[in-house]
Amino acid sequence: MTDSPYILQAKNLTKIYGENVIFKDISLDVKKGETIVIIGPSGTGKSTLLRCLNLLTPVNSGQIFLEGEEITAHGVDHDQVRQKIGMVFQNFLLFNHLTALGNVMIGLTKVKKMPTEKAKQKALHELERVGLADRAHHYPAQLSGGQQQRVAIARALAMDPLVMLFDEPTSALDPELIGEVLGVMEQLAHEHMTMLVVTHEMGFAREVADRIIFMEKGRIVEQGSPEELFEHPQHARTREFLGKISELYGKKEKK
Amino acid sequence: MISFFEFFVRFLPDLLSGMGMTLLLTAEGVLAGFILGLAATLARTYGGKFWRNLAIAYIELFRGTPLLVQVFLLYYGLPGLGITLSREWSAFLALGLNSGAYQAEYLRGSILAIGEGQMLAARAIGMSKWKAVFYIILPQALRLAIPAWANEPVSLLKATSVVFLIAVPELMTRAKLIASRTYDPISSYLAVAVLYLVLVYLVDAAMKWLEQRTRLPGLSAVNESS
Repeated sequence: MTDSPYILQAKNLTKIYGENVIFKDISLDVKKGETIVIIGPSGTGKSTLLRCLNLLTPVNSGQIFLEGEEITAHGVDHDQVRQKIGMVFQNFLLFNHLTALGNVMIGLTKVKKMPTEKAKQKALHELERVGLADRAHHYPAQLSGGQQQRVAIARALAMDPLVMLFDEPTSALDPELIGEVLGVMEQLAHEHMTMLVVTHEMGFAREVADRIIFMEKGRIVEQGSPEELFEHPQHARTREFLGKISELYGKKEKK
Repeated sequence: MISFFEFFVRFLPDLLSGMGMTLLLTAEGVLAGFILGLAATLARTYGGKFWRNLAIAYIELFRGTPLLVQVFLLYYGLPGLGITLSREWSAFLALGLNSGAYQAEYLRGSILAIGEGQMLAARAIGMSKWKAVFYIILPQALRLAIPAWANEPVSLLKATSVVFLIAVPELMTRAKLIASRTYDPISSYLAVAVLYLVLVYLVDAAMKWLEQRTRLPGLSAVNESS
């Protein structure tokens, strides 16, 4: 570990697919314990950015640092890095052949080589953290979407990550199941877990985020505290996007 | 009809010993084919360019030529290269190689159906590619493959009959001998047909059992197949 004040740092990241520039020159500093919410229209590279940060997708240029160490450098073991960066996906992606407990345990036993009994204790503890200890022996197909996503969060937490990345964690959920997942995330934020969250849940952003980043067309347009962004957005595009989003949510609530 | 039953009972011991060989060839072929097919499909799906091409070449070659030709090439062709195999070994090798090519395709289909999401999730918790394949992808892909793959033991069981052409003492060979001894080919081949039918029924039952045993709780799509 070095004396860098940042847990995760990205410098001038650029990602290009063929002719398509997904994002360009993105720089990002994440402090320990910070909750950052990334918002913006779909197709602006938010999800790709998260996948690049834990090296699931290679960037075309730029550098990423985890605790001051460059993880985009040659010869870095990507599997080692990913153990330290938890990721939660939009469509949960639980391992369907394993119980909730098995899903949380497998990283401990097969990646961290923890003895089975110890791994089981830790996995049960993580399931307790997300309120699902009583569902430990259920298979994913026997769980609701909200429960599956909470198991997915427990699976990531079990690896004791330095940072958690959430890629639209509630977008695939029925409205009545969103709350339980956001509740778990809020609790993590209170426990000072460092988090990067891509979401359209503006209520969550407003209440839980330390900082909000507005991304559009592969660039960071504006960033700041929830007050700064929601009350005094500097850019016309930010205002427009926030306006559209709240309009959409107003309609949803009327239903 | 009475005379057929008499015939059947009279030659049953003879036919049963042939049936043993047929079952042995089937079991060996399915097992060897499974190992080969799994290796080929993993090479094709996750291997580098060299291994991928090698796997494709193997699969195309053995799916693209008749089993009988493969049996003849191994039994009559290899001695020309200085390699002489017994009848049984030639039959066993040909059946394993042939079945492997088909099994590779069954397995590949289900690996693709599992999707990249599961691989992504496995990599995200720090698993290496091969750990993800063995602990996450295969346990699901193999289950998914069972209903389609279950055709392979049945089809191989019947395909073993072609090896009577190199006189491996299996069911069909016995029937041929009995037919020429008794001058009653109809009863002889009918008896064999009955025995194949019984065997296929037993193999089918075993496959159903396997499917039940490996079923995952809560996945109703699988339940509907019965």
